[in-house]
Amino acid sequence: MNYLLRGIGVLMTVGVISVLAFSLPSGEARGDGGGETLPRLTHKAWQQECASCHIAYAPAFLPKASWRRVMGGLDQHFGENASLDPATQADILRFLEANAADAGSSQMGNRVMRSMGAKDAPMRITETRWFVRKHDEVSRAVWSRKAVGSAANCAACHRQAEQGVFNEDAVRIPK
Amino acid sequence: MIKRIVLIGLATLGMSAAVAGAADTPASLMTRYAQEAGVPVSALSATRGATFYRTEHPGRDGQPVSCSACHTANPKQAGRSRVGKRIEPMAPIANPERFTDAAKVEKWFRRNCQDVLQRECSAQEKGDFIAWLSQTQ
Repeated sequence: MNYLLRGIGVLMTVGVISVLAFSLPSGEARGDGGGETLPRLTHKAWQQECASCHIAYAPAFLPKASWRRVMGGLDQHFGENASLDPATQADILRFLEANAADAGSSQMGNRVMRSMGAKDAPMRITETRWFVRKHDEVSRAVWSRKAVGSAANCAACHRQAEQGVFNEDAVRIPK
Repeated sequence: MIKRIVLIGLATLGMSAAVAGAADTPASLMTRYAQEAGVPVSALSATRGATFYRTEHPGRDGQPVSCSACHTANPKQAGRSRVGKRIEPMAPIANPERFTDAAKVEKWFRRNCQDVLQRECSAQEKGDFIAWLSQTQ
């Protein structure tokens, strides 16, 4: 009986420790593959409007100040007119700000902010130091492959980018 | 249980979206643009629409642009946005969702006419455009 209780005790201790170990904030300790799945966000206008021409880039990839700049200039959006009616525009901006890199709501955002200056407000995710560091082993020739097109096309290599999955072991670079 | 509620919710949303979207048709939009242009619907021209779709214009960066540059020369085929995302076909025969939502149609004319023509499109041009695409077989 005593042994049985002790056995249960040991099992529970091991269980609790392993649960704790896996739920601790991972950061760099777990390496590149860990925790690189974004929280599943749903927002009708964001998904409908922002995903017409490119994937709906996750708000956690840029700080609030960046999103304000992006949403304030939709009529000249990287060379294209992407203007919206004012109500939809304001609705999307609220959502982006609430889930931005500096909103403190995601591990991905925390990582992006770690290499961001306090006053930085880049217009492109590809300009963030975090992005550059993460992709430093990808040569220029790869970005310009026809199947990739540009660095804006996350889903070319991160096949589950639209589901928010950016784990390194899920990357498949097209030929 | 929660999953079921979510599914029912999604189904309801989908149905209401379908109902909301069903308000417009290519024909009703042609009527609307003909009225705006002050011409009878019979004055809309599919031939002019086809030319309009294919004509190249000098783009903002000096490169020639046209509707067909992104939507491809064959409107029954899927196109590709500048960053590589699929664009569903323009012709209703290949994509029945086209021209079923007036607000969406206006939004894209507003944006793309500025990008391709550097100006707004006229009601006549919009009517011709839909006339051509909706009779594409």
